[in-house]
Amino acid sequence: MNVLSDDSLEIRRDADVVACRQAVRARSVEQGFGLVDQTKIVTAASEIARNTLQYGGGGTVRIQKLADGSKQGLRLVFEDRGPGIADIARAMTDGFTTGSGLGKGLSGTKRLVNEFDLWSKPGEGTRITITRWK
Amino acid sequence: MERIPILRMGRFLLVTVQVDLQDEVVQALQDDLTAKIVRYGARGVLLDISALEMVDSFIGRMIGHLAAMSRILDAHTVVCGMQPAVAITLVELGLSLGFVRTALNVEKGMKLLNEAIANDDPHGLLDAEDDERPL
Repeated sequence: MNVLSDDSLEIRRDADVVACRQAVRARSVEQGFGLVDQTKIVTAASEIARNTLQYGGGGTVRIQKLADGSKQGLRLVFEDRGPGIADIARAMTDGFTTGSGLGKGLSGTKRLVNEFDLWSKPGEGTRITITRWK
Repeated sequence: MERIPILRMGRFLLVTVQVDLQDEVVQALQDDLTAKIVRYGARGVLLDISALEMVDSFIGRMIGHLAAMSRILDAHTVVCGMQPAVAITLVELGLSLGFVRTALNVEKGMKLLNEAIANDDPHGLLDAEDDERPL
């Protein structure tokens, strides 16, 4: 598998969530994603970027364009050094929220992508990696 | 911060979302819209999201809140113009927006609002003198 490009963006403010969505949209278009695939990965990015900001206190996102044989994909790695997630299994449950949301963020996002990986340690931070293939 | 314009069309308010929604813009829209419903005695709100390229759980929740707030203020809400890719994504995300009335476009949304208002007031008793009051 080859990494064709690798950008990094800061997520510090509300406006950065919008910038993240726009960057992901642009990269997914470059990868030849159809409209539905674009919308899914952009929506997934928006969910996780907002989590990074609200729960992680801000962080970064890396956007990687991938090629694997004839397949093209987009991988996003969100990282923060926030409080971490104490109970990952619970956080992944539909309807679970510690904030004001609907609790659809993590579980819903997982359904929008092909690969979903969550690493978190209380006191150290959270890293969420999502990948969508064309 | 940019604000989303709210246009008055008779008894209705038309909100066309043209920008990539930032969370604080969404909050401001709730304030502006509820204020205008009260000021104009609006009976319906058309929320045109045809330019929205994605709806995530935050924006979905905002749409639900707007509809609920409007209802309490005696106005119906119809969300119109959702792009097919947005609808597909929204359902997979787990938000069905089942409690919000939707229409394919503004014209059909307007029709739906008129019907909803007619159902509220089948004998046309309420609106006769209301409509022409000065701003």
